[in-house]
Amino acid sequence: MANQDSQSTPPKDKSAFGIFMHELARGSLIVPILAIITGLLLGGLIVAVTTDQVYTAWSRSPLEAIGVGINAALRSYSALFNGAIGNPERIADALASGEAAALRRAFNPFFESLIKSVPYIFAGLAVALGFRAGLFNIGAEGQLFMGAVASVYVGFAVKGLPAIIHLPLALGAGALGGAIWGFIPGWLKAKTGGHEVINTIMMNYIAFRLSEYLLRGPLQRPDTTNPISPFIETTAQLPRFFESPIRFHLGFFIALAAAYGVYWLLFKTRLGFELRTVGANPNAARYAGMNILVITVLAMSLSGALAGMAGANEVLGVNYTLAPAFSSGYGFDSIALALIGRSHPVGVVLAALLFGTLRNGALQMQIAANVPVDIISVMQALILAFIAAPAIIRTIYRLRAPQQQEDGLHVRGWGG
Amino acid sequence: MPPVLELKTITKRFPGVLANDRIDLSLERGEIHALLGENGAGKTTLMNILYGLYQPDEGEIFINGRQVQIHSPTDAINAGIGMVHQHFMLIPVFTVTENVMLGSESLKMGGILDRRAATERIRQISSAYGLEVDPDDYVRDLPVGVQQRVEIIKLLYREADILILDEPTAVLTPQEADELFKIMHSLTERGKSIIFITHKLREVLDIADRITVIRRGKVVGSTTPKQANQSKLAAMMVGREVDLSVHKRAFTPGADVLTVQNLKVGDDRGQIAVDDVSFTVRAGEVLGIAGVQGNGQTELVEALTGLRPALDGSVRLLNEDVTRANPRRITELGTAHIPEDRQRDGLVLSFPVADNLVLNTYYQRPFSKGAVLQQATIAKVAEERVNSFDIRTPSVDTSAASLSGGNQQKVIVARELSRPVKLVVASQPTRGLDVGSIEYIHGRLIESRDNGGAVLLVSSELDEIMQLSDRIAVIYRGKIVDVLSAQDASKEKVGLLMAGVVRTATAKKASLGVKPKPKAKASSKTKTSARKAAQKKKTSRAAKTTRRRKDS
Repeated sequence: MANQDSQSTPPKDKSAFGIFMHELARGSLIVPILAIITGLLLGGLIVAVTTDQVYTAWSRSPLEAIGVGINAALRSYSALFNGAIGNPERIADALASGEAAALRRAFNPFFESLIKSVPYIFAGLAVALGFRAGLFNIGAEGQLFMGAVASVYVGFAVKGLPAIIHLPLALGAGALGGAIWGFIPGWLKAKTGGHEVINTIMMNYIAFRLSEYLLRGPLQRPDTTNPISPFIETTAQLPRFFESPIRFHLGFFIALAAAYGVYWLLFKTRLGFELRTVGANPNAARYAGMNILVITVLAMSLSGALAGMAGANEVLGVNYTLAPAFSSGYGFDSIALALIGRSHPVGVVLAALLFGTLRNGALQMQIAANVPVDIISVMQALILAFIAAPAIIRTIYRLRAPQQQEDGLHVRGWGG
Repeated sequence: MPPVLELKTITKRFPGVLANDRIDLSLERGEIHALLGENGAGKTTLMNILYGLYQPDEGEIFINGRQVQIHSPTDAINAGIGMVHQHFMLIPVFTVTENVMLGSESLKMGGILDRRAATERIRQISSAYGLEVDPDDYVRDLPVGVQQRVEIIKLLYREADILILDEPTAVLTPQEADELFKIMHSLTERGKSIIFITHKLREVLDIADRITVIRRGKVVGSTTPKQANQSKLAAMMVGREVDLSVHKRAFTPGADVLTVQNLKVGDDRGQIAVDDVSFTVRAGEVLGIAGVQGNGQTELVEALTGLRPALDGSVRLLNEDVTRANPRRITELGTAHIPEDRQRDGLVLSFPVADNLVLNTYYQRPFSKGAVLQQATIAKVAEERVNSFDIRTPSVDTSAASLSGGNQQKVIVARELSRPVKLVVASQPTRGLDVGSIEYIHGRLIESRDNGGAVLLVSSELDEIMQLSDRIAVIYRGKIVDVLSAQDASKEKVGLLMAGVVRTATAKKASLGVKPKPKAKASSKTKTSARKAAQKKKTSRAAKTTRRRKDS
């Protein structure tokens, strides 16, 4: 009875962003944001304690050591910032000179971060869609590989088409490849009850080995012994908006469109209503006459298609070819990402931008500040741990527990 | 002698709500004091304060005349206060002894559990108070009523003098409730004092020594069963006159709407739960299915609504065979289904009220056009239904989870009865609801009947069956043992049929060739074993529900 008035105000603005802001105001996004901040702070602490100079300074005076530690953390974060967004001095210089090439170089880090976010957005949407339907799609990585394989094949093997046909065809092939890889575990779940967690993990292995086999066989570039595919035709490339070195391509906007599409599907359509009902309460879905089997298969296929698009974008927008291990675990990171984004498309896009930025900046951090790239992984892990255990964040920041039950994960237990 | 327990001007505020407003309450030694109030009146808050789960903003607590501070359940236990929660706090895979010991283990040789000593004490307690239980049984194997006894033993093991029972009969069959009342008397005879929280009027009048009624956080009055009656108590609880009787038009049944013939249905474990059942429900009548919970009612309703396949037999709805139809087809033919477990089947708790109001019609016009939901229309229609069905919700965008049980049920009733309906299947439609909501939902069911609808009412509340039904079918171990007209049915007669004691000529015929049964008047042995079987089923379902709660 204490909780009758507090969660009642409905969102006034029914747009995607309106709902997102409403959730933010209601407090369900405070935790992820605080988790990110806490993760960054702890990351700095780790940088400090892994810096050798801190220990040499310690022998002189603890105060100095703390100073050195803070310095090291600040230095690595500024390197991270420079690597991910751009070096403010260089940007200022470039703006002053007005020289096009200098400008492009100065702003390149920012665009690189956006490029890195693209596969995260797609794969994050894939996992989020699964979560909303009560499905734990661990197989985004495998679906991503199959999407990449399918689109690279269409990209290099089909010749003589105009870009207006070839590019959509290659993208569609990527989506289809992923969809098939999602359909199989979805169908197994619907027909036999086989748990999608197990089956998607197994499908991952099959996808990895299958793509390796293909790259050494039918998809191998003729003039080399390396396991790498031929370059795709220029007609299948996602157009870039700027000259070298900026690689920013159309895929980013396709990803944003996909996010809007997923939002629209989930919250505005019949199918989305069914999907969310099955995810939130399968018993009620059955009671309401929904066909749970069909919806499960459909949700897994759609999820796979989105993950496949992540692979297609890497191949068609960045690499123009396919090599083994081209994905640095986008599919796995996206599980975390969907959680941070509360399985909401807007949240997923924001979380993907964060992940892309961190990943891109990490490289610079290693070069400029001599901090290992792994620190970024540790930081991501910390952020995730805090989000997965909201009680920690609530305790640290003395937040009130939410009146309503946490429904953040949108996932049922392992009993499925 | 001072009272065992005295609460003085207890006040508790939650943001925006005054949950307890200067509540005074005293409990004498050996007394059963009923705390009566609707859901959300503040009973549970008050008891949580007493048990140390909340701190009062104002007020004092005295035990045996001495003022005490209760900051935690441990303080409460040390002060001799024990509480049996509505949902039991037992570990299913532990034995009774292990559960009772948990948290106050007796040890020997510095660290080894002294199970034998504990078992011995449990035996003493159970024979002293008539709490029959085998200390070596696993809790998961025990019927709900016995699990509750284990909870009470836990309190006595910790030497509690003041026992708080929070809605203890909500999960019990009528027979189990009677057992509990006996136990409560034997506890008070031995000097224990009991606070009995409930919203069931009849129970209060049966068992309480004194009654305190709470409404909106305030004590509205104190009385005794001698001075009070049901309608007086109901009026105190709700704050207005409540009409507990049901008014309906004369019984003029029309054509057959639902015809069930030789229906056989299995339960989750593949056992026959509904065994060769035949009946009809006609337009303009209420057919009540009476029975102790777990005698096949759940499976019967699920088979009729397309949620569970029939093994044999047929179900006809008007002129169509729906034995193998899916839930959507059955809904579209004009069936309203008020499911037994509203939170499990009837609602998506995380969804707003508006979405729940179209949960099974969302795909039809005007709620969808093509593939797109018409959210403006859904919201508009939801507003209308919230008004016409008196659903108390801040808005149609509020999640169903934050409504009270009564209002959640009204959401379901609004959804099901605002379609053109020919058959209403209502399963335990008022379980756990407050008086006001019960009155309302009964009124709506009768309205459907008076307007020419056929109503199948499945309930384990005998009072409800007797009040609403035109004919009463009694189900026992998956069989309809008899169908009585309302005039012929007396509470005693139906009660005995429910317990499987009296069997009529028709029922005997039905059971022929299945299994030779002992004579009708049946020794008390068969009676208890039958009850045990029924209870066992119930336990397994209860266990499932708990698990489900944990999952979510």
